[in-house]
This record gives sequence, structure tokens and C-alpha cells, in this order.
Amino acid sequence: MSSLSEPSVQAPTPGQRYFASVARWGPGEIIFWAALLAVFFIPGANLPLYGQILIWGLFAMSLDLLLGYRGIPSLGHAAFFGIGAYMAGYLGKFGWTEPISGLLLASLAAGLVGWLTGRVIHRVSGIALLMVTLGLNLILYDIVHRQSDFTGGDDGLQGIIIAPVLGLFRFDIYGRTAYLYALASAFALFLVARALVKSPFGLALLGARENPRRMITLGTPIDRDVSTVFAIAAAMAGAAGALLTQTTQFVSPATLSFQRSADVLVILIIGGTGRLYGGFVGAILFLLLREWLAELSPVYWYFWIGLLLIIVVAFFRRGIVPSAETLVQRLRGQ
Amino acid sequence: MISFLTVLFNGIAYGMLLFIMSVGLSVTMGMMNFVNLAQASFSMLGGYVMVAVTQTFGIPFLLSLPIAFVAVGIVSLVIERLVFRHFYGTDDLTQVLLTIGVVFMSIAIVTYFWGGTYRQFSVPPWLSGQQEVLGFTLERYRVFLVVVGGALAIALVFGLERTRFGAIARACVDNGRVARACGLNTDLVFAITFAIGGGLAGLAGALSANLLGIDPNFPLRYLVYLLIVVSVGGIGTISGTLIAGLMLGVADVAVKYYAPQLGGFVIYVITVAVMLWRPRGLMGRSA
Repeated sequence: MSSLSEPSVQAPTPGQRYFASVARWGPGEIIFWAALLAVFFIPGANLPLYGQILIWGLFAMSLDLLLGYRGIPSLGHAAFFGIGAYMAGYLGKFGWTEPISGLLLASLAAGLVGWLTGRVIHRVSGIALLMVTLGLNLILYDIVHRQSDFTGGDDGLQGIIIAPVLGLFRFDIYGRTAYLYALASAFALFLVARALVKSPFGLALLGARENPRRMITLGTPIDRDVSTVFAIAAAMAGAAGALLTQTTQFVSPATLSFQRSADVLVILIIGGTGRLYGGFVGAILFLLLREWLAELSPVYWYFWIGLLLIIVVAFFRRGIVPSAETLVQRLRGQ
Repeated sequence: MISFLTVLFNGIAYGMLLFIMSVGLSVTMGMMNFVNLAQASFSMLGGYVMVAVTQTFGIPFLLSLPIAFVAVGIVSLVIERLVFRHFYGTDDLTQVLLTIGVVFMSIAIVTYFWGGTYRQFSVPPWLSGQQEVLGFTLERYRVFLVVVGGALAIALVFGLERTRFGAIARACVDNGRVARACGLNTDLVFAITFAIGGGLAGLAGALSANLLGIDPNFPLRYLVYLLIVVSVGGIGTISGTLIAGLMLGVADVAVKYYAPQLGGFVIYVITVAVMLWRPRGLMGRSA
């Protein structure tokens, strides 16, 4: 039985085969990102709006890591978006104008706060968890809102200067640089998130979401996961916030309002959780619809958003992306 | 100069409003695990109904209060039967999003019928002005609020502790499945409780029109307060909701008077601290 003792270098283990198969890129994914790039070349496209969609999509994806993959709902995710936004704002205001390093620093700051939040909240669940995340968000908003000497209050931070990307591409008024910069950043962070959820760590997150008790009996520490995934989700939300500041050269307390926390949750639920793409699809639908409805009737668009929300939770309880996947699979199966 | 006791009294009056607004939410959450954020919309509707019947039909203020209670109770019952009951047993987040959808729609509907501006409302002369009570000069309307709120709290506790329906309702809160197995019609009990809770929210809205003002964004402004009162007090408890409502009311008024630069900060910090210390709320039973 000498073959048993030989190291089997070539043949991948079932585990490796599994992770290799889930990491493969499908045609749908490639089309999705190619389409986002193609939008840039459409003449007369409303690039500032599409840039906003990318930022919201990235923000919703960061919440998906928390809610979709680890099952932790948060009513205060805008806190991290806002931390990233203000961090990028202060960097730009006080002379650190290089955008890419500014984005990373802002993301890091939000991630650190997220890690601390994870340490605090890993004990609570259910309504208490919703209330703590909501409460922390409101506390932060209140501080920023009141300390107007330092934060500019409702008027926001003025005088933010952002240098050209890579020293070459200036942020123009048509939002061309802003769109490509947002797209490249969103794609890079998406790749990170994708690698993460398709790794053993991502699988452990799903396990902790589905059955925490069983994960503990399997010997997997699930408490530490909470602060880790909270830190990652917060860092990505912070990056989204920093992108907003850098592409608009402005930041106001609205970036960390409860309204934004609720909106991002709505976007993610409409798109579907646990898919990474849900946030982006939800953002496309939500922002285009809002733009269209607000033009149609600026006062009553809330009515239609409310109706959409009810229809989604009533009939597509899992959101658009998972429902569409099921549909495609059913069509193929026949 | 406003004395400390006056601030305390104003806080209690405000707290009574918060209590009446949220007690229905607390009981229905305890009974069916249903998170109904539309409770805030029921309050707003109560305010509009009161303003409409007093200003359009000339009905006296005191009589408009039971009208607001009944009207909003019926509306909440209809919504519960048509929409909400299909969502019992779904997760918290689905319910939060469903009912916030209802809140969004209610804002647009109210704007459509009554316009987007503040509704001015002044209480009848016998309720306005000030009154000397035990050597303190108090606003008559707040005295009225404390009396009404206190009476309602006593009536609710008595009704829940001493009546047959109260016993049935408590059984449904404690263990819905066993209550059903014992032959109780839990569906009916819940519908009635829901309607009463909705009606109370409507009554609170009618009572608060003078103090807090009524406009289409009312639900969004008080939603967070309702959630705080319910979760800090302990879901499904009347006494907890009362204590949390009074605490929040007094804290809010005291901060606004003594340290306005702090804003909502103190309340939010207390909320987070209580939820971390006792995740089931002050009066919530441990699992």
C-alpha cells in the first residue's frame, strides 16, 4: 500500500474542487460588469446618476456581507458610510488630496469602528440588535449634526479638494472621471467581497447564519466572526461613503442619517440578499425608479416606493436576483 | 423661572403621550411577534381625523377623541385583516420593511388629502392657559394629558388583569400555541387587540396634535421614539411601556430645557445602554 503514503500533489481534494467550482465566473456576471462599463460610452448618458447607483450598490453589497451572509441585520449601516465620507472629506480638506490612498484610509477608519461595534454587539440579537445598531447610528448623527464648528453641521464640509486620479484624470463636471473611478473602485471591492464569500471563511459565515449552535459543536468559533465580518462590511461601507465624498467634493450629515440606513436596507431587500449582486440590482432599480417617479410627481413618489416595498416582501420575499435565478433554472430544467 | 418640578411634570405629560402611542405596538409585538411600524402612521391618522371632525363638522374636542379612537381602530383592523395577518411568522426584517412600506404610503396619502403643511390646531379655551395646582402653575392641557394618560394606564392594567378578555389576551401573549390548543380563537383575540392598540395610537395622535403638531412626516419623526419606548420597556408589557414612556418623556424634556446642545444624544445613549444591559427591556421577562 505504498500509494497511500505518497503525497498526492496533483489531485485536488473535494474541498478544493468545491471552492474552485463556486469561484468560477458565470456569463451573467461578465455581462453585468461589461454592461456597467458600456454605460460610460453611451453618448449623453446621465453619468452622475449612474455613479450614484454604483456607490449605493457598493454600500448595499457591504450590508449584504453582514445581513445576507452572516444573518446580522443592522438598522444603522449608514454610520459607517458616513464615517468613510467624513474621513475622506477631512483628508481632502486638510491637504491629503490623493484620492486612492484617501479612499483606503477612509475605509480603514470605518473598518476600525466597525470592528469595535462588532465587539459590542456580538452578544445581542433580535430586536435588541436592531435597536443597538439604530441607536449607535443616531448617536453619531446627533454628534455630527450638533458639532457644527468642526463638521459644518447641516451645511456640510466645504472646501474639499481632491487631486486627479493617478495624477492624470481630473474630476470633471460631466462626471466622466467620477463614473470610471467609482466603477473601478466598486469592482475592486466586489472582487474582494467575492473572494471572501467563496472562501472557507465565507462558508463558515453561512454556517453561522444557518445554525449557530451546530457551528459551535463543530468547533468553529462564531463570536469572532461577528466582529471580523462587521469590520469588513463597515470598511466597504466606508469606502462607498468616501467615493461619494470624493466624486462630489462635498459631505453632509445626510450621509449618516437614519434615512440612509433604511434606504440601503430597502435596496438590498429589493435586490435580494446573499448574492452580492442583489445590492447592485436593487440600487439600479431603486435609483432609476426614484429619479423617474420624482420627476413624475415630486410629492407622491414615496407612495410608489412604499407599494414596491410591500409587493417585494409579499411576492418576491427573497428579492429580485434570487427569484430571477430560480426562474432561469426552471427554464433550463425543462 | 421654571422649576425642576414643572420640567418633570411636562416630561410626564409628554411621556403619557408616548405611552398611549406605543402601548398597542408593545402588546401586539408580544402577542404575535409582529413588528408594526405603521403604528406611527395610525397616530398621525388620529391627529388628522380629530382636526377634520372638529374643524369641518364643528364637533367639540372632547367628543372628537373617541371618534379618532374608533375611526383609527377600524382602519387598523382593516389593514390587519387585509395585509398584516399574512405576515405573522415571517422574520423581523420582513415585517419592518412591510410596515415601513405602509408608512411611506400613508405619508403620500395624507399629503394627497390634507396637503403637506403643518395643521394648526388650538384646543378649546377651557383647556388652554394655566392652572394653579397645589401651588404650582401648570398648563391646563398638560394636566389634562396626565389625567387621561393615567386613567388609560389604570384602565389597561385593570382590563388586562381583571377581565375575561384580559386573561385570554394574556394567555395568547404567554403562549399562543397552547392558548390555541385550549380552544381559544387566538386569531380573533389578536384582531381585537390590534384594533384597540391601533385605536389608542389614533387617540394619542389626536391628543398630541396640539403639542407636537401634525404633518405628513409625523410617522417618521416619532417612529424611532416608539421603537425605543417599546424595546426599552420590554415587549408585551404594559407597565414596562409606561415606565419607558415616562422615562423617555422626562429625559427628553429635561435635556431640551437644561442642555439643549445635547439634543437626542442622552436618549440614544440610554437606549443603547439598556439594550446591551437587558436585551429584553427593563420589564421584559428573561427567556
